[in-house]
Amino acid sequence: MRELSLHLLDLIENAIEAGARSVDVSIIEDPAQDRLTIAVADDGRGMAPELAARAADPFTTTRTTRRVGLGLALLAAACERCQGSLDIQSTPGRGTTVTASFRRSHIDLAPLGDIAGTLATVIGGNPGIELTYHHVFGERQFCLSTRELKERLGEVPLNVPAICEWLREYVADGLAQLRGEAQWRG
Amino acid sequence: MKSLEDLERLRERAKEATRIRENAAATRIVVGMGTCGIAAGAREVMTTILAEVAKRGLTDVIVTQTGCVGLCDQEPLVDVQLPGQPRVTYGRVDAARARDIVARHVVNGQVIGEWVIATK
Repeated sequence: MRELSLHLLDLIENAIEAGARSVDVSIIEDPAQDRLTIAVADDGRGMAPELAARAADPFTTTRTTRRVGLGLALLAAACERCQGSLDIQSTPGRGTTVTASFRRSHIDLAPLGDIAGTLATVIGGNPGIELTYHHVFGERQFCLSTRELKERLGEVPLNVPAICEWLREYVADGLAQLRGEAQWRG
Repeated sequence: MKSLEDLERLRERAKEATRIRENAAATRIVVGMGTCGIAAGAREVMTTILAEVAKRGLTDVIVTQTGCVGLCDQEPLVDVQLPGQPRVTYGRVDAARARDIVARHVVNGQVIGEWVIATK
């Protein structure tokens, strides 16, 4: 994947596929410790320990449309390439938390990329789920919660295309501000 | 700079549109969002379609997503179903094709035969 935000999209799609009703995303950029951590926690059906242990294996998948499942395998490879690791914690019936960590300054680390596009895609395509997004950069942070947006919107659903467009620009502006830049550069 | 106050202004406009949408039969656009689709560019296709539908003010269109259907080499896949019409699946869609699909198929009702990989 060319951007970490594409891995993030893939992780959130996994959570939705697992029947999650709420998904909590956190991205922690720590320039002082030179770490980047991306975590996705869901309340989906979870995995038995045997499946969780094999989840990052490219020949493990729950799909019946194909016999390979590359999402977590690609992410694990990206983590290992950048002096990081992939951790999967799962409890059947309770949910799964996937945490990917990287050395932030590593030359092979892909950019975070279009996070705003990832969030607009997920929220626009799945207006029923509750998503929180928490992005820390050093001392500053940017937060988003679909629950809060829904309160403001009342009976208007989040998947109205004009609302998705607003959401994408709102996140891009918020993240640029977080980094202290005029425009989000990933 | 976009703010939460902008969202409340949008809400008033969207209320009217939602009422229209609830009454009319909607066109459905479905974007494949499995790992294969994501790696092939499905996110840009999805955001392009959302932007195009918003820009044109189409209120009777629902944009949604699905997982992998097993045609990974044809991703990004986009299904378009107009009310009362068969479902048409387009393959290898990029942002430019996505804009054309909205303009020609969704708005004008003309199926773009050369990009179709299945009809059901």
